Amino acid sequence: MMPLDRNYIKSETDKDIVKNSGIPFQLDLIKDARVNKSAVEKRCVTVTNRRTVKKHNQAAWLLKAITCMDLTTLSGDDTERRVIRLCNKAKTPLRHDLLKSLGIEDIDLKVGGVCVYHQFIRTALDALQGSTIPVVAVSTGFPAGHTPKKTKILEIKEALRNGAQEIDIVISRRHVLSGNWKKLYDEISEYKEASGVACLKTILATGELGTLKNVIRASLVCMMAGANFIKTSTGKESINATLPVTLVMSRAIREYFELTEFEVGYKPAGGISSSKDCLSHMMLLKEELGSRWLNPSLFRVGASSLLSDIERQIEHFSTGKYSSFNRHGIA
Amino acid sequence: MTTVKKAFKKMEYEEALESERETLEWISAHKGQFGHFIGGKFTNPKNLFKTINPYNKKEIAKISQGTLTDIKNSVKAARSGLEKWQLLSPFQRSKYIYAIARYIQKESRTISVLESIENGKPIRESRDIDIPLAARHFYYHAGWAQLLAEEFENYSPVGICGQIIPWNFPLLMLAWKVAPAIAAGNSVILKPAEQTSLTALYFAEICKRIKLPAGVVNVVTGDGITGAHLVNQKEISKIAFTGSTEVGKEIKKNTAGSGKKLTLELGGKSPFIIFDDADLDSAVEGIVDAIWFNQGQVCCAGSRLLLQETICTKVEKKILSRMNKLRFGNPLDKSIDMGPLVSLEQLNKVKKLVEDGVEGGVDINQCDMPPNLKGFFYPPTLIKNVSPSMQIFQKEIFGPVLSSTTFRTPEEAVALANNSRYGLSASIWSENINLALDISPKLKVGVVWINSTNVFDAAVGFGGYRESGYGREGGKEGMYEYLEMNSDTYNIKKETRVFKENISRSKQSVNRIDQTRKMFISGSQKRGDSGHSIEILDKNKEEIATVGRGNRKDIRNAVEAANKQMNWTVISSHARAQIMFYIAENLSQRRDYFISLLHSTAFCHNPIQEFDTALKRLFSFASWADKFDGAVHQAPIRANTIALNEPVGVIGVICPNIAPLASFITLIAASLCQGNRLVVIPSENFPLPAVDMYQIFETSDVPAAAINIVSGKHDELVNTLSEHNSVDGIWNFGNPKHGPDIDRASVSNLKQIWSINGNNVDWINYHASFNRLLLRKSSQVKNIWIPYGE
Repeated sequence: MMPLDRNYIKSETDKDIVKNSGIPFQLDLIKDARVNKSAVEKRCVTVTNRRTVKKHNQAAWLLKAITCMDLTTLSGDDTERRVIRLCNKAKTPLRHDLLKSLGIEDIDLKVGGVCVYHQFIRTALDALQGSTIPVVAVSTGFPAGHTPKKTKILEIKEALRNGAQEIDIVISRRHVLSGNWKKLYDEISEYKEASGVACLKTILATGELGTLKNVIRASLVCMMAGANFIKTSTGKESINATLPVTLVMSRAIREYFELTEFEVGYKPAGGISSSKDCLSHMMLLKEELGSRWLNPSLFRVGASSLLSDIERQIEHFSTGKYSSFNRHGIA
Repeated sequence: MTTVKKAFKKMEYEEALESERETLEWISAHKGQFGHFIGGKFTNPKNLFKTINPYNKKEIAKISQGTLTDIKNSVKAARSGLEKWQLLSPFQRSKYIYAIARYIQKESRTISVLESIENGKPIRESRDIDIPLAARHFYYHAGWAQLLAEEFENYSPVGICGQIIPWNFPLLMLAWKVAPAIAAGNSVILKPAEQTSLTALYFAEICKRIKLPAGVVNVVTGDGITGAHLVNQKEISKIAFTGSTEVGKEIKKNTAGSGKKLTLELGGKSPFIIFDDADLDSAVEGIVDAIWFNQGQVCCAGSRLLLQETICTKVEKKILSRMNKLRFGNPLDKSIDMGPLVSLEQLNKVKKLVEDGVEGGVDINQCDMPPNLKGFFYPPTLIKNVSPSMQIFQKEIFGPVLSSTTFRTPEEAVALANNSRYGLSASIWSENINLALDISPKLKVGVVWINSTNVFDAAVGFGGYRESGYGREGGKEGMYEYLEMNSDTYNIKKETRVFKENISRSKQSVNRIDQTRKMFISGSQKRGDSGHSIEILDKNKEEIATVGRGNRKDIRNAVEAANKQMNWTVISSHARAQIMFYIAENLSQRRDYFISLLHSTAFCHNPIQEFDTALKRLFSFASWADKFDGAVHQAPIRANTIALNEPVGVIGVICPNIAPLASFITLIAASLCQGNRLVVIPSENFPLPAVDMYQIFETSDVPAAAINIVSGKHDELVNTLSEHNSVDGIWNFGNPKHGPDIDRASVSNLKQIWSINGNNVDWINYHASFNRLLLRKSSQVKNIWIPYGE
């Protein structure tokens, strides 16, 4: 059994991150935000057409994606055994012979985090013992967020007490849709207070916010209230992480960074199941925010099936032959 | 450390080259030497010169310098091609053009690589933008070929077309030229730029492979000398040129009076306007697409950045940080943004323009370039604090150089944007649709992009105002450039061309008080500057009246008035219609007078009929005032693209003698109804019906200076009018002998010239489709791209 008060484990590069501690609410910042959808879409097409990574470089980028992956299981049929299997995969995301052929046995390849429901925090902690992989708990009435505020706060505190190192909370979409920006700010501020030094990721559920303008506004409010990461989706909405959303949110992060010098991370989640998609999001992030954002302390990708595709691609690079799913261990 | 591990630490892009194997195979299959494509066959390579890869400065192939003989042979071939082509049905022609589109698609990778190694443009641009658009142009025009008969009744192909294209978008410009020309039933002789001929030759091979009838498409390679030979061929009916304003003017001069139809798509110094309510990050990406796309070697490059003062610093900071993320390298690298300029010559030109153009107080910012680049690279450049008075803000650079300045209000943005000789395109960035749509019509340009830039499609016409040229490419308007209205729809039938004696032989004695007919300038009758008058004779050669003998200064005053008083253009089309109906009403009250006046001249064949025709024309064009609508194009992106018919501006109208009332009324009514302001030189020999309209204009609420009339000797007036830089167009219906002079005089501001011998026109009975032609000539199309989506 792990000690309950284990501190949030900093990743390799994390010590350099200027962590967001939030700023007072500024309505102007939200009101001045502009997004032109057509231009945003054009940019997304341009970036993915104008940038490419091939061969060893592609393999390297995909390895990086693994290190930034929050390997996730968030289903009604989750069991402890299932979570344990996931954790084991998290520790050894790639076949040993592939590590060897790429000459990277010594980089201690592991995923960025394991993301589970509250119920399985302990299970995951135990299963991950000996590794530095943080346990990420979804919280505050995930996924819809329609639970009493009191229990939401309690949920965060309990998750931390149980040993979760990162908390993914859901925002109240109704505050966005009814334009109650201050209420949203206050809500996240309370979560921030409850989560203390733990990494707070705010899930915007962008698929339910209606417009990109709402996405940028909600992103800014979350950051003002102290979010360490802004995250696109719960994975339960019908539309999850899309490139335009990644572009808009990364621009919001840049805007906030230029204003405050706080570095806020980005986590697209849901809908990214192919290596190619994942690379597109990474390239967009690199273009808008720089390579600095391509590490686990500022970038996570929430996914459950992405890893299998990455494994196949890496085997293809390593052997020159196209791979198949059954050649790689599943979670 | 393994390569993977190094890359893992760095997380950078690395060179990812597109394969050039198939392309090089094609070149070596031709032994690296190319002849011309004339009459469906390649000639033996001769008079060879090298074409160079601007990235590594190595020779790619040798191509032939076209001689006068080559050009003459190509004209012969095009003549026979034209005959074969016109024997085919629209459906058959359409199938050929469709096949061309298919082949461009099928061979797209090979063509893209060829384009990139010769031009230096990034493969991503040739592969994802240029070549697909070229194919799209052929698909689109395969459609027009099919619809030709039903959509262009009373029009015929112009004949053999000489087409000269630039090096910046080699295959795309070829498509813009060749597709509409052959869709309209013409044959073409294409001269690609000497720097970039290979994709044109590849295209020639496609023509051969699809068995396009020999001679329909001919390609002659070579430099400007070859081009000059082409322009001078008598048998060529149409010259289409895209390139520098300098050469465009030269062509205009050389073809003066030749009767050749001309499309000129020339330079630009296009404004890129950012308002403070724009999505600034997106606007900055727009700048990248505007000025660093294709290394800035784009005629419609947004090279003048106009920033609202409030956001100036913020945007400039964003641009600088964005600039430093641009990547440079081998054009075949799939991860670069910019390649080299096309040639050493171009590089030196850009360098010199920047050196000469910058003056004190400006702040030049350039990207650091990777040290190992050997090719003709020029760094992306942002010059801050530029003033409109500086050369760098006025001259086209045709390179990756952006000059920025600020404005305070929307009005000032418009004033700065229009402060240019050019008028090709403009880009407006604002999230306020009211503002964007308010500004768009005020800009003197052919294309407006709202919250976007450098977007093109075959369905949407492209072309400029002012010295950016004339004619449109793409859209239905582009098809008209390769068609000509059959002259029998408006000319007097040959057999009746000999004027019959005036029906009425009775000598009307008009009981006259001596009348002084002056000039009509700025809404009132003004004494001419010269103090001379001209005698006007009736059909019995007796003096019937005198009119003022206008001179240079009268023309100057008239043009000045027409430019200053915009009222006629600004009022609603409904108001214009009302005023024109009112003119008709007031004219009808003087029916007897005008009929008796017409009786007195041999230039009128049937006075009653002519008078009634004049009234009818006023009604027709008054009706058209609010009905000659624009269009909304179906471009394949999520946008409404609105084609607005805008007035040309100030048109100089030179009237014929024949049918002195009907011709005058037809010409002014047609041009007035679209909101043009006019300077009219009435019939030289019988101007009385025109000058006697003054009183009617005065009593019909016509806004001052909508119509200005200067009577006199055409010899003394036509030149001043044609060379006046504030006149936007000339309708020359007068004596054809003035044609060449008018053409030459128009060169300095490239005003639009339309010449028809008005004395051959059947002003009474012309076919109704001639009205349409008049309306088209009285307007120019502005296309406004309005992407949408929330």
